[in-house]
Amino acid sequence: MPYADSEPQGGRSPVPVAIKILVAGGFGVGKTTLVGSVSEVRPLRTEEDMTEPGSLVDQLDGVERKTTTTVAMDFGRISISEDLVVYLFGTPGQKRFWFMWDELAYGALGAVVMADTRRLADCFPSIDYFERNGMPFVVAVNCFDEARRYPSETMRSALNLTDDVPLLLCDARQRSSSRDVLVALVEHAVARLSSGQHVTPAR
Amino acid sequence: MTHVNSWRAGWQALRDSERVVRPYALTAGRTRPTGGRIDLVALVSAVRGGARRELAFDDASGLGPEHVSLLRFCSPHASVADLAAELDLPLGVIRILIADLRERGLVSISQPVATGHNDVRVLREVADALRRL
Repeated sequence: MPYADSEPQGGRSPVPVAIKILVAGGFGVGKTTLVGSVSEVRPLRTEEDMTEPGSLVDQLDGVERKTTTTVAMDFGRISISEDLVVYLFGTPGQKRFWFMWDELAYGALGAVVMADTRRLADCFPSIDYFERNGMPFVVAVNCFDEARRYPSETMRSALNLTDDVPLLLCDARQRSSSRDVLVALVEHAVARLSSGQHVTPAR
Repeated sequence: MTHVNSWRAGWQALRDSERVVRPYALTAGRTRPTGGRIDLVALVSAVRGGARRELAFDDASGLGPEHVSLLRFCSPHASVADLAAELDLPLGVIRILIADLRERGLVSISQPVATGHNDVRVLREVADALRRL
């Protein structure tokens, strides 16, 4: 992503090009682990206006006047070179957080949706969101030691994925495995671009 | 460098100690930044000379210690997300503080343009670099 205010210098802008990638999925699926295995991970806080769905979930007894809620994200940065930086944002996947995804998704290259075969339904809202939004995404099935393995085709059909969406098995604890997931996402974005589809969703 | 390390250490000690001020107290209760929208990965750069001018900050300037720390962290430049993580402040608060600095001409903000993702050459460069991780 080049920057608007920057002056081109020898074909390259003086400020780094920023690539934003989202890592989504249900609670405990390994988002923090994946972001942490490829970058230094830091928590990022946001105070957001509480939405109706959120107010049903968050206990408001005694604090009825509280209208904001703190949401924590995982934030990682990979400095590829002086002028190319990849930012990773691990975002809570529940539907009640969709309101903050719009901002996160803005200008993002794409998303990694993480899935756990024992709780596959947890990633449905994330898949719904990116399908609706038209953003490139890959599904990364985090292979927990104790979880049963299924053939890719079975998982694709359970997730109702279209043929063009890559599905990978990964071990988020392994740097090389997490790296492969990110590479697959970028390649998927390139493939979509080459086939004439614009990568960045219009907003 | 010693000077830089000492303020950084000082800030980290402050950050790690329990914060006694509610986040939006730092913005005098304001919840919206002045001026245009500031993206999560927008780059904030301290304007040359701004870091020196900051030494003259006082109550009249309307700037607090968080503004001063912020200004130091964005030299030469830092993303909004990096600044929020570094200063351990919610994004909403950090945006307001950044907008205050922008209003006073102490920082410039480079907003990312989404069209960069439509550049296959850049994307291939990213993929190659990630493979080398």
